[in-house]
Amino acid sequence: MIQVRLNGKDREIESDLTVMDLLESLELNPHMVVVELNREILSRDVIGDVRVEEGDQLEVVHFVGGG
Amino acid sequence: MVRYARHLVLPEVGVVGQERLKAARVLVVGAGGLGSPVALYLAAAGVGTLGLVDFDEVDATNLQRQILHGTSDVGRPKLDSARDRLSDINPHVELVLHAVRLTSDNALEIIENYDMVVDGTDNFPTRYLVNDACVLLGKPNIYGSVFRWEGQVSVFAVHGGPCYRCLFREPPAPGLVPDCAEGGVLGVLPGVVGSLQALETIKLILGKGESLAGRLLIFDALDLSWREMALSRNPECPICGDEPTQTGLIDYEDFCGLPSGDAPGAAETAMAPDEISEIDPSELAERLATADPPFLLDVREPYEWEIANLAQGGAVLIPLGEVQDRLDEIPTDREVVVYCRSGQRSATAVRTLLASGLPRVHNLRGGVLAWADDIDPSLTKY
Repeated sequence: MIQVRLNGKDREIESDLTVMDLLESLELNPHMVVVELNREILSRDVIGDVRVEEGDQLEVVHFVGGG
Repeated sequence: MVRYARHLVLPEVGVVGQERLKAARVLVVGAGGLGSPVALYLAAAGVGTLGLVDFDEVDATNLQRQILHGTSDVGRPKLDSARDRLSDINPHVELVLHAVRLTSDNALEIIENYDMVVDGTDNFPTRYLVNDACVLLGKPNIYGSVFRWEGQVSVFAVHGGPCYRCLFREPPAPGLVPDCAEGGVLGVLPGVVGSLQALETIKLILGKGESLAGRLLIFDALDLSWREMALSRNPECPICGDEPTQTGLIDYEDFCGLPSGDAPGAAETAMAPDEISEIDPSELAERLATADPPFLLDVREPYEWEIANLAQGGAVLIPLGEVQDRLDEIPTDREVVVYCRSGQRSATAVRTLLASGLPRVHNLRGGVLAWADDIDPSLTKY
């Protein structure tokens, strides 16, 4: 297990997960969210390759379009 | 000036600030859930010139949150009720009414007359359009959006700061993110978010305080909690980056994967593209009465099913987001008719099913709403 900061809260998650794995474990569809990893927005085509490391800071933002 | 007495005693406003507000020109795009509190507060605050863009008419379903409009306004153009309400709140504000849909053809021409833009739109193509036009013209974009119980606020496209596309680089998959008509929104939520947009607008005009530029504020109304996310300008942003690849406006429906010429946001009136087969409610009713009825697939969310469904016709619910993973629940030896609320999400599902190899898939034209109009008036419209 590794410690990360997810949406401003400390979380313990399994080690060796990609960002895509993490989204799946959170039941989030990668086409409906944007992920910021250590203050950098990840493009959708790399989230299956990028691994979540100890101490990473992640922010997951939903597409919200209503007005 | 008497009406601004509580402003004038504020050290951050005073006479100088109030004169700045009077000289300011602000465009509010959308006179709906967000545009209502934004326009009401900006007018009350004495913003000198307030532009409003909206082409819609007041509908009874608007009244739960769009506080510019009242019950007696149902059926009137939103700009008419907005004008009545705003000129009563503050007759000294010059209102400029743009009774058009904001498009790539008119956005630059309209926005260039203003100092800043408040984004109160209800769909992704127009949000990208507002953003890009603001970046190109160097006007701040005071962003707000709402869905169900969640709200977002930020200030984009101020000098050196990030823009909407630095955060949302790629649009959401078409049809996957429901709008407020489909997913619902708590009426108070746009009041909270729109009030913050008005606040940020006033701060920008006054040049006081810390603006939300470079920060995205995310509001969870159910938990009553706020989350703040730091945003940076993306040097590779196609519109505001160091070497922008896009120097003009584009076709934003196309960019968002929607058929061009589609009515953005107006899911009720959106037409599915020609290439997929459509079936009218009356035709479907006839087919359901035969010995070989089509398989009826509902791709809405479970809570929508609770409001109204076609279970009597044998409908089965598989929400759009799960269709790809639950293809094995759809018979391959029968014709399939897919429906949603208005026919937009189901068009996406039809394409998914066709791509998976199902040969005979049709979209129910106009969805549950059309079914309620044409076949079963006892069905609740929402």
